[in-house]
Parts: sequence; C-alpha cells; structure tokens
Amino acid sequence: MILEPGILALILLSLITSGTILYALRHIVPILYAWDLKSGSEGQLQLERRTYLLSTLLTWAFVAELTSLLLLVYTAENLHERFTGAMCAAGVFNLNAFGYPALLLKLGNFLLAGCWLVLNRADNSARDYPLIRGKYLFLLVLTVPLLAEGVVLGLYLLNLQPDVITSCCGSLFGSRAVGLGSELAVWPMRPLGLVLLLAYVLNLGSGSFVLRKGRGSYLFALSGLLVLFLGISAILSFVAPYFYELPSHHCPFCLLKADYGYVGYLLCGGLLVGATAAAAVGVLQPFATRPSLRQIIPALQRRAVWLGLTLFTLCFLVATLRIITTDFTLFG
Amino acid sequence: MTGWCERQRNILDVALASLRRRRGKNLSLLVVYSLTVFLGASVMFYSAGLKREARLLLSAAPELVVQRLSAGRHDLIPVAYAEGIRTIRGVGTVAPRLWGYYYDAVYGANYTVQVPTLPPPAGEIVIGPGIARLRKVAAGDLLPFLSYRREDLLLQVREILPAESELVSTDLLLLAEADFRALFSFPSGVATDLTVTVRNPQEVATVARKIVERFPDTRPILREEMQATYAAVFDWRGGLLLVLFGVVLLAFIIFAWDKAAGLSAEERREIGILKGIGWETGDILTLKFWEGTSISLTAFLLGTLLAYVHVFLLQAPLLAATLKGWAVLYPDFRLVSRIDAFQLTVLFVLTVIPYTVATLVPSWRAATIDPDSVMRD
Repeated sequence: MILEPGILALILLSLITSGTILYALRHIVPILYAWDLKSGSEGQLQLERRTYLLSTLLTWAFVAELTSLLLLVYTAENLHERFTGAMCAAGVFNLNAFGYPALLLKLGNFLLAGCWLVLNRADNSARDYPLIRGKYLFLLVLTVPLLAEGVVLGLYLLNLQPDVITSCCGSLFGSRAVGLGSELAVWPMRPLGLVLLLAYVLNLGSGSFVLRKGRGSYLFALSGLLVLFLGISAILSFVAPYFYELPSHHCPFCLLKADYGYVGYLLCGGLLVGATAAAAVGVLQPFATRPSLRQIIPALQRRAVWLGLTLFTLCFLVATLRIITTDFTLFG
Repeated sequence: MTGWCERQRNILDVALASLRRRRGKNLSLLVVYSLTVFLGASVMFYSAGLKREARLLLSAAPELVVQRLSAGRHDLIPVAYAEGIRTIRGVGTVAPRLWGYYYDAVYGANYTVQVPTLPPPAGEIVIGPGIARLRKVAAGDLLPFLSYRREDLLLQVREILPAESELVSTDLLLLAEADFRALFSFPSGVATDLTVTVRNPQEVATVARKIVERFPDTRPILREEMQATYAAVFDWRGGLLLVLFGVVLLAFIIFAWDKAAGLSAEERREIGILKGIGWETGDILTLKFWEGTSISLTAFLLGTLLAYVHVFLLQAPLLAATLKGWAVLYPDFRLVSRIDAFQLTVLFVLTVIPYTVATLVPSWRAATIDPDSVMRD
C-alpha cells in the first residue's frame, strides 16, 4: 500500500459509506416489516423518528459516494508518475486485477445512488412517507453493489505495489489490445456516430414530450442510458482521437489532463450526471399516481429532464465543436 | 427556489445566534478543529511541496550514473572506465562528472560544486541565488575560496542562476575543470562519477547489468531508482506523520462527538420551544446542519490559512526537521507556494467529513426530543 493522502481519503470515504449502509440495514428491516402510518403506537413513533436519521445519514453517505468517484479518478491521475509504464490514470487502474472492476462498480453505483437520492427527495417532500417501503427496498438491492465496491476498492488500494510495471493507455486502448475498452475503441466512426445521434434525438424528443405532456418517462430514461453507453463508446472510438489529433490514441483518461483543458471531466461527467437524471425520471414514474405525490413527482421529473437535456446537449456541442474546428480528420 | 433560499437563510440566522449564545463551548471546539485541520494541511502541503521539488530536480538527471566503490564506499572513478563502458552495445554517450561539496567555514554553509557540460571560462564561476544572497554578491564581483592546499583562490561571478526552482539551484556553484581540480587538489585521470546515456530507454537495466559484469567495482544507479527512492523517502515520512495525524483525528472526533452529544438543559429547552412553536424534526436537523457547517467551514478556512502561512511563509518550522531530513544540505531552500484543488478536496474529506458523520447521530437525538417532556422538566 502507498501512504498517499488521496488513497487515505478514499479508504476513509469507503469505510464511512459502507459503515453507514450496514448501520442503516439494521434499522431498515423493522421499518419494512412493521411500518403502519395509521398506528399511533410507541413503536411506530420510534420508527418515524428513526427514518429522519436514516434519511440524513444515507443522503450524506450517497453524496460522499458521488464525490468519491471524482476523487478516485483524480487520485489515479495524480499517481501515474509513481508507476513505471503508466502515462495516465489508465495505467494506474491496470496495476492490479481490482482497478477497473472498482472503477466500473463506482460508475454503476453513482447512477444507482443518484436515483436513490432523487427518490428520497420525493419521499421527504410529501407529508405521509409515501415511498418509505419503495426507497428502503431499493436500498436493500443497492447494498450489494455498494458493499462489493467497498471490498473491491479496498483490495485495489491496499494491493498497489510501487514496483509493478504497468501498461500505458496506448496499449490498453490500442487496436491490438484485448478487453472491453479496446473493443469499444475500434467501433467504426460513421455508424456509431449515426446511432448516437439517433439516440440523442430520441432522448431530446421524449424529454420534450415529458415536459409538455408529462408522458414518455420510461422512453426518456432508456434513451438517456443509451446515450451514456454510446457516448462513452464514441469518446473511445473517435471523440478522443479528435482532441489528441492522433488517430491511434483512444484513451479516455488523457482527456482529464490539463493539456486538454480537463475536457474529459466535462464530457464523461456530463454524460454520467445526465444519464443519472434521465434514469431518475424513469424510477420516479411508477409512484407518480400516489395522491400525495401528484404535484411533487412531475415537478421533480421536469427538473431532472431539464438537467439531463442540458448536460447531454452541452457534451454534444463541445465534442462537435472540436470535430468541426480542428484541422485533423479521421475521414481519409 | 427563492422561498427555499429564504428559508435556509432564516434557519442559518437562528443557527448563528444559537452558536453565539454558547460562545465558550463553540470557540473551544473551533480552536481544536482548526488545529486539527492545520496539522493535516501542514503535513500534506509540505510533503507535496518536497515531492514536487524532487521531481523537478530529477527530471533532468542522467538516465544512468556509474559510481566506483572502494570497500563498499563511494570512491573516485578512473576516466579510463568511460572508454570501456562506451564499447558496450546500446550505450550512447559516457561523460565523466566532476562535482563535490565545498564547506564555507566563514558562513558555515555547504555549496554543491560542479563542472557543467558547458563550463564557464577558467577563473569565473556561476552561482545559485542562495550563495549570492548569503555572500551578498552580484555578477562581476570576486569571491574568495580557500583551496585544500590552504591557498586563496579568487573567482569572478559571471552570472547568478535564475531562481526557477530554489531546490535545484540555491547552493550550486559552477566552475571550470581547472579551477575545480585546483580547489580540491583533485587528482587528474579520475572523476567523481560517470553519466551514461542509453539509446533505447528500455535497455537501461540491461546496460547497467553489463557494466557491473565488466567492472565489478562499480555501482550503476538508474534515474528511476533515484526517483523512486526520493518518492519513497518523502512518502514514508509524510505517511508516517499522516498516520500519527489519524490518531489526532480520532481524538478530535471523540471530542466533537462528546461536544455534540452533551446537550445542556438550556439547549434542550431551546429545541423543545422551537418544536413547541411549530418547528419539525426536519427543521431542527437543518438547524443542526447549519451549525455544523458554519463551524466546519470556519475551522477549515482558518486551519488551511494557518497551514499555508506555516509551510510556505515560515518554511514549516514544526515539520522541517522530520520531513526534510538530510535534504538540509540546502542553506536556504524555500518551497514554491502552490496548493491545488485536489489537495483541498482530500483535506476536506479527511477532516470535515469525519466531523460531520460524528455529529449526525447526536444531532438527530437532539432533533427528536419530545417538546412536552422538555418543557415539563
């Protein structure tokens, strides 16, 4: 293990999040079993009080979870000079078998935790705890990937060996490499760009429909997730080479460097937060008909749609502007 | 949105008034909290600064340095070895280096003396800004030195090196080979060590192995090894202090927990009255959130500012002896002051987040007090 402030902070955050989840689990089960809002018993009163604590604790834990993704990426980027062979965060994640699984779990959990936070917000806005069972059931499901992330991240950070020679991003995302990253990197530009554009137009259309008619939430959520997947593939396949002006360089992590104006944070962060907002619109939809949520959920959904559409559009504009304005071209 | 902001502002008003009412308790918390942040920030800023300087210094170091050993100690290397090394396949250039340390008995300082690749003409020297400050000289002045033969050697300052990174140039003295040999009575035909460039960087380790095979009394040192050693030394020292800081943090968290959990009768009555006049549990939690945030942000700002002054303006008098260690070769080395967003984020996570988590449960206990039971008491 390397005693680096960033690593210590990540371990601390992971311990706090996992500890909070375990503490919450202990109190969720009685709520799921014995919750009865009509009852005025001492037990029910205790449960109602307990929900305030759980809601606050979990909100903090999930906000910590969201920020720790940024911290993980930045720490890896910061550490690359320490390891022979690593040119950016890509090589640092490749140092042992747990690096990329930890990153992928963190990305997935970002999406799930974001949805839970929106659900919690809706529940707290209503007077009669309408989503109490729903959000805690969701939390039970969330527990597995969150705890798995804690374990995998711990294994990754504790097993960082300074003498390991790792691969640079050129070989990890190159055409001769094996793995998901390199598979996505060799997707052809024209068909991928076209499909991505279609997904974006679908997302834009369904989003406007949600805003005007209040319907089409599921389509918006699905197309949002599709934009995220295709957007990341596009960054690997052709957007990154346009920023580097190098047809063979597909690394998404080098975009996080100051040399490229930290544009990677905007592109990947925008896609991820946008997709989380889109997914949250879908997650809220089944509860939209509950009497106490009739006003609250559509308002929340509208805000999420605006956020998702704004971020996706921003990412598209930034990438397209670069492709148009640079002298470099991938069209031979 | 405006309504929400107005509401938060009002609750913040109540929170600040409540903090003011218990001035003594909160001030003591603020002092301890700021000191904790100050300690963590000082360690982080200082070790990051040292590592940055070392990295800058070593990026220009040769790929491979060959030293001669005599009974396990560093000895002067015959220049003839360079010819032998040059014949090894893959080796680019081999250059003998002349360098050493000159102890200035008048000022009690050590200078690093070196003959550069493009040396100044004989009788002239180029000096680092530290020496210029110490000896109060400018370009064109004469500087006297005492050679190992107890003879005076007068050298004219040709120029003063730019202070781009103090650590690299502060104590440096560059001179011609003849002056170097005269100053130290350095025998001819030997050098301090040899620098070797290798055509293919991936073959540095192989070349190093071949050199040892051919000249068993030599020790090749790779640039990567030097970088790793420096990083390891500063990391180990900084890490050690950070682990100690962990203990301080734990003590602080227990202190903060205790402060937050020990509600006075007056505080309980206040919360009871607030709930009695219509505040809900969620509002009291928000109130507690703003109280904690006000204290946290003030302490974070104070601690970071103090650490900045301590590390970059005062050169870390509390930490220098532990962290700098044998790097005190440099008479006046000042860290270039730089803090980035990453360091501040990490510091925030290491100090504010544990405090917030430690005070959440006590805040909730306070927020769920029954108004009638408090008022009846």
